[in-house]
Amino acid sequence: MNRDRPAWRLARVVLRRLLQAVPIVLGVLVVNFLILRLAPGDIADVLAGESGVATPGYVAELRTRFGLDRPVWVQLFAYVSNAALLDLGWSFRHARPVAELIAARLVPTLILMAASTTLAVGLGIVLGVLAARRVNRPIDAVISTLALLCYATPLFWIGLMMIVLFAVQLGWLPSGGFETLGTGATGLGRILDIARHALMPAVALALFYLALYTRLTRASMLETLTQDYVRTARAKGLPERLVVFKHALANAVLPTVTMTGVQINSLLGGAVLVETVFAWPGIGRLAYEAVFTRDHNLLLGILFLSSVLVILVNLLVDLLYAVLDPRIEAA
Amino acid sequence: MTAPLLAVEGLSVRFRSGGRMLPAVDGLDIAIAAGETVAVVGESGCGKSVTALAIMGLLPAPPDCAVAGRAALDGVDLLSLPPEGLRRLRGRAMAMVVQEPRTSLNPVFTVGDQIAEAVRVHTACSARAARARAVELLELVRIPDAARRLDDYPHRFSGGMRQRVMIAIAMACDPRLLIADEPTTALDVTIQAQILDLLGDLQARFGMALLLITHDLGVVARMARRVVVMYAGRKVEEAPLRPLFAAPRHPYTQGLMRASPHHAPAGGGRRLAEIPGVVPPLDALPLGCAFAPRCPVAFDRCRDERPAVLPAGDGRLAACFRAAGEAAPA
Amino acid sequence: MKALAGFARRYARNRAAVLGLVLVAIVAAMALAAPILYPESPWEMVGRPLLRPFQNPEFPLGTDALGRDVAAGILHGASVSLTIGIVATVVSVVLGTLVGAVGGWYGGWIDDALGRLTDVFQTMPFFVFALALVAILSPSVGTIIFAIGIVTWPPVARLVRGEFLALKSRDFVQACLGIGMSDARIIATQLLPNCAAPIIVTASIKVATAILTESSLAFLGLGDPNVMSWGTMIGQARDLLRTAWYLTAIPGVVILLTVMALNLVGEGLNDALNPRLKPR
Repeated sequence: MNRDRPAWRLARVVLRRLLQAVPIVLGVLVVNFLILRLAPGDIADVLAGESGVATPGYVAELRTRFGLDRPVWVQLFAYVSNAALLDLGWSFRHARPVAELIAARLVPTLILMAASTTLAVGLGIVLGVLAARRVNRPIDAVISTLALLCYATPLFWIGLMMIVLFAVQLGWLPSGGFETLGTGATGLGRILDIARHALMPAVALALFYLALYTRLTRASMLETLTQDYVRTARAKGLPERLVVFKHALANAVLPTVTMTGVQINSLLGGAVLVETVFAWPGIGRLAYEAVFTRDHNLLLGILFLSSVLVILVNLLVDLLYAVLDPRIEAA
Repeated sequence: MTAPLLAVEGLSVRFRSGGRMLPAVDGLDIAIAAGETVAVVGESGCGKSVTALAIMGLLPAPPDCAVAGRAALDGVDLLSLPPEGLRRLRGRAMAMVVQEPRTSLNPVFTVGDQIAEAVRVHTACSARAARARAVELLELVRIPDAARRLDDYPHRFSGGMRQRVMIAIAMACDPRLLIADEPTTALDVTIQAQILDLLGDLQARFGMALLLITHDLGVVARMARRVVVMYAGRKVEEAPLRPLFAAPRHPYTQGLMRASPHHAPAGGGRRLAEIPGVVPPLDALPLGCAFAPRCPVAFDRCRDERPAVLPAGDGRLAACFRAAGEAAPA
Repeated sequence: MKALAGFARRYARNRAAVLGLVLVAIVAAMALAAPILYPESPWEMVGRPLLRPFQNPEFPLGTDALGRDVAAGILHGASVSLTIGIVATVVSVVLGTLVGAVGGWYGGWIDDALGRLTDVFQTMPFFVFALALVAILSPSVGTIIFAIGIVTWPPVARLVRGEFLALKSRDFVQACLGIGMSDARIIATQLLPNCAAPIIVTASIKVATAILTESSLAFLGLGDPNVMSWGTMIGQARDLLRTAWYLTAIPGVVILLTVMALNLVGEGLNDALNPRLKPR
């Protein structure tokens, strides 16, 4: 039984979080529905206007077809129950189900988010530890100043500036896209090609979070280094390397892990900007396209699915936290 | 008398505070023979914990802290060793148990990991051997069901059990010197006795020297053979246990004795005598004897001149003009 | 007065925060000077297109592809950015304070319900949310302010709720209840002033975030088509990135400096309002 304990503990964490997620998902759907109702004119108006056949009869017919003539609460119920089955409606622009469109664009976004999170967390921890170990020395000042700048940089702008420097002036990297078309490369060659395309978007998206995690790690490392257990580790005669990178860091990363969960929300917003700048074919760029084709169903579908993504990533972060901090017991 | 295991001579520690260097320990001498128990007694802030940290080499780095004097372990001066040399001695030749077991173990590693780590850092042995040694050590400190508790995290142990784990870590490499800084202060009374018994047994069994730092005269009476009394960073009295308790020479020691519940005359309900006044802050130490402002028998010289630590008969030392037999002007 | 002087002294100890304040003052001065220095609309074509900065002293920052004065755009943009940043923050802080205060004060099912509502709004990716709102309501200064306000209140609500929970059981509040003061009066006169400090700090950072959000929306083409915004300038200059990258660089640097300045002010306020936390 003793051996099973950690697994049970994690399973309870997952279960509890999933139960908590249900009302949130429902709430997101209701908010989505309300936004649709806020729109001046409904989809029938838009379609009728564009088709040029804006006779009242045709509009009424469209309303009936889309169920827009039913009472609001019936429409809400239909919307929520459809969404529960991952039916997010129909994109009238692409003439395809919204869920299908999003699914096709999900992978590039996940690649981008994973790459920038890894970069931001990894490098942020390294720089934060470095700054904390040399607190108030020149290297700390340099790192802190850079963090301050990155923290305030509009990421769409730094993306454009990177294109100017690395794609236009130096010609080192492609200025956009997911991969080089028409090469027919497969396997490792294709992966390297995608990586080359992903480098600039990932860095541009990561900078803000890099600054955030650097500052956070520095602060929590300074705090952790004063703890009694760090003195115990030194008293054992452990080399300084182990004292810092094992005993102190294992505790100092915990706030960073929590923050990663919090920031996933804004990371998705950043993805819209970065994907637009670098023509990266993910759901962020799809959202941008939806804005300009006035494809409200698609836009709200993206808003809903990205909310679900936030919930799922937070679940993963909670799990990771429970693994890293044995004191977390599922209630 | 043979050369002591630990010889602290003229130890001074100063901390930086607002641009000034304030003395936390000033000209301290302590000698401990192999296998001996010496207690260092004093109120909080008297420099006893700083002394422990200085010997272990765990004080902050130079600009914030300055250490002078000698602290020789087996003839090797710890204070002049390079950091790496000192590190090799820590946890092997000398080990430390501190006051707060609740925060002294790392919450995110198992106790087995934390004990085995202390073994492996000083001995070339496999992970498996270190683990086996960790079980042995947990049994040594009398933790029931040792093999199974090895993979538990510290938060699953009570305070007393955590202090046992801390002792197991300290004992990992059979140290010749164990420094115990208020090892029972944070524990329940019943647990205190168990931990003291354990420390006493371990000392008898492995013959290590024990430097016991405490403010509790009951603990001193129970464990120590010789006692050093500190006040405001300086040694004010040193004597073998019995003579000290029978007839303290320094007025501060006398005050401590009167304030201690263990030595107040029996009869219950009688209020403990307190030493009037407070310990002077480090940035406002008096020119003469630091205890003079609180001393019931101080005279002018005490305020102008610092009394040296001098023999006071029967192998005892005291830093008091009256104890040294100086005549006091009326 | 004495408290104010102490506050100013503590703030001035943080030199970076003073720098931030100076920069914010400069941006505000730019916004105020815009209608005086450039009384004509910044959308007006006034010179030869694509003049580089410093090429013609009449257009110190150059002109864009349509011959519009970049300097005029920057100055007019300052007032747009500051207006939207400040008003959106007020909306967000008022909403958040309302939700947090009611939840924290009344507790029970009201608190639960408002807590869930906060969870929902905090889960939805706030930029995508704002984007959808502005796109569906069609972009204007008003809808942009509404959208930024509505997506950024949850952290304020959490903050205020936490403060209220902590303050509620304190003696002075219990005393007010004891003498029969009304809930609204206690909240307004006792509780809110006591959590003003953290709200002010949060608000100053929020202005920075709101300016960043507005410029991002404008960059994507969701700025108010009737006003000149720094984000709009970058969005329009994007097609000329290869030839006239200065058109992108200049407004970007201005956004960066403004946002950084506001963050520095926020840190300075934090240090000055919570003197216990950071002894230096």
